[in-house]
Amino acid sequence: MIAAVTTDAFLERAPVLLRDAVTGFLPEPWHTLVNALIAIALILGIFGTLFAFITLAERKILGRVQNRPGPNRAPIPFLNVRFFGLSQPFADGVKALTKEDVVPRDADHVLHYLAPVALLAFSILTFAVIPYGKHLVPVELDAAVLYFFAAGAATELAVFMAGWGSRNKYSLLAAMRALAQLISYELPLLLSWVPVVLIAGTLSTTAIVEAQAGWKFGFIPHWHVFTPWGFAGFVIFMVAALAESNRSPFDTPEAESELIAGHLTEYSGFKYALFFMAEYFGMLALSGMAITLFLGGWRAPLPFLEFIPSYVWFGGKLIVMILGFIWIRATFPRLRIDQLTRFAWKFLVPLTLINLGNAAFWSLTFHWTGPLQIVRWAVGIVLVIGPFVVMGRKLSAGVAPRTYRYA
Amino acid sequence: MSPLQLCLLFSSALFCIGLIGALARSNTILVLLGIELMLNAANINFIAFWRFSPSPSPATGVLFVIFSIAVAAAEAAVGLALVIAVYRHQKNIRLQEAARLKG
Amino acid sequence: MNAVLIAIALVTLGAAAVAMTLRNLIHSALLLIASWAGVAAFYLWAGAEFVAFAEVLVYVGAVSMVVLFAVLLTRRSRDDLTVASDSARRAFSGFITGGAVCGVLFGAVIASPMGVMSSPTPTVTVRQIGTQLMGTHAASLLIVGVILTVALLGAIVIASADRKDNSEDTP
Repeated sequence: MIAAVTTDAFLERAPVLLRDAVTGFLPEPWHTLVNALIAIALILGIFGTLFAFITLAERKILGRVQNRPGPNRAPIPFLNVRFFGLSQPFADGVKALTKEDVVPRDADHVLHYLAPVALLAFSILTFAVIPYGKHLVPVELDAAVLYFFAAGAATELAVFMAGWGSRNKYSLLAAMRALAQLISYELPLLLSWVPVVLIAGTLSTTAIVEAQAGWKFGFIPHWHVFTPWGFAGFVIFMVAALAESNRSPFDTPEAESELIAGHLTEYSGFKYALFFMAEYFGMLALSGMAITLFLGGWRAPLPFLEFIPSYVWFGGKLIVMILGFIWIRATFPRLRIDQLTRFAWKFLVPLTLINLGNAAFWSLTFHWTGPLQIVRWAVGIVLVIGPFVVMGRKLSAGVAPRTYRYA
Repeated sequence: MSPLQLCLLFSSALFCIGLIGALARSNTILVLLGIELMLNAANINFIAFWRFSPSPSPATGVLFVIFSIAVAAAEAAVGLALVIAVYRHQKNIRLQEAARLKG
Repeated sequence: MNAVLIAIALVTLGAAAVAMTLRNLIHSALLLIASWAGVAAFYLWAGAEFVAFAEVLVYVGAVSMVVLFAVLLTRRSRDDLTVASDSARRAFSGFITGGAVCGVLFGAVIASPMGVMSSPTPTVTVRQIGTQLMGTHAASLLIVGVILTVALLGAIVIASADRKDNSEDTP
């Protein structure tokens, strides 16, 4: 975290001021260490709570979408008041903690134990470089985006360890499926943000947010998502992020009807809860990165709303993204594994490569003005829509349009 | 002992572990991994000399390591593809038995 | 500063040494990944951030997966993974050669005069790396790109099964 500039509004500086007030009592050499510890504790606390209530929101929203109430019976302890079942996550936590931790006799005990720990540790590491507010960047790195995806790369390893360590055929099969999916979607995920780096000219998250400052016509923010290449990149990033975090409709590794619970089959109790937590942390981190790269980070969407502190905007965007994830889960059916990999390799990867060329064109024509500006936009939009239509038609050749006669 | 010497000792030790692994094991995958270790040891040297050179010319060592990592990735892919091809021919991957030139 | 370096070196070397002696291939591969992560930690220590993250992304993320897949694809049954122990002669000659090389390298490093240079950590920004890659080293960058493409195509051609062999592979 950086020192607050005094020109900002009080609310904007409040978190940093509060932190400085706490560390002010300590001798000087302790400041860096204590500041880092406070940042870690805050991130764990906030995202842990967020995780708890997202699970509840997910179950409730899924329930509503499927025309049932969802969990609403967990009471507040000792009071016997139900209050919408808001204490459900804590009941779940107690249940997970008190469950017996079953480890198969022939399992590879070390790997079986290490898998959830490694997964959670690396998904927490990714939180370090996301700018949560104007003055709230836990670690300033020159190559922050690269760091983010390097830390995320270790999830594949954890999935492998879980599948292999359980000594269960279904676990191993599912782990192989999951790896095939993760590797396939790693490529569009990594390629989809390259245009942002190309345009912003930096890998630092703070500078990328900085590059999205300003307004067009006084009210349209300069977010990357409001450019042709940025829109395409954002959509591809979100599709790949869905797949990377094993969310429906890309949750084939955990398809209950085919593979029991995938690589989590042999996990129970707290280790299962750790996997669950890591999955949600991964989703939150990827959403945060998407916000930083494409949605203007902590910036307000309209000029007159800038009085609201930046971290509130970041939190609001994050919650909207998560609700979008839940909505998608409730809406789309699961893909088959071959459709899933074909979609990544034959559709998303070529699209990201074309999008990269599109961004290069955009960056070369930044000085075009007047009517040339319209040409610039037209070419950009055609370069997004054209390949999408052509390749989409090729991808669904022979299977679409499907007619349902008795539906 | 200066830090540079420590770095060089570290890299030589890593190189020798890779060399011993590549020479003493007969499983092809382990031999390949030993070679990867040796490549990494070389990269450590590049970074160490870049870090402790009297006048670090901008980023030459870093660039060398980036190229080296890229080539090492290509080498790993081709090597392991060869291992799979050998396995398909003779149903095991012991080095001594991969002596026939004609499959 | 030296203490951190020694700790990193000990972890890396320990992981690598144990990996090279284990008989379970999966454990070997995972320990080697740990040792690659140690090398990345060394890069971080030396101030080469970009290279450290690239190392993690390439080795821990990609090469590890290729290795693990290769291990799983080249075994007949689950218990086939523990490699038969190697012949003593081979191990002995390997140790002799490796030890000799180690002795020579260590002797050379210790004997050569290296003044204590207290130069500050050279900083290299991603922007500098980018301009150099695209400027001075543009030709090498292109060549590396071609090598990677050709190598991956070659790997696919080598590893993909011949069509007529398919009947043999089905159980």
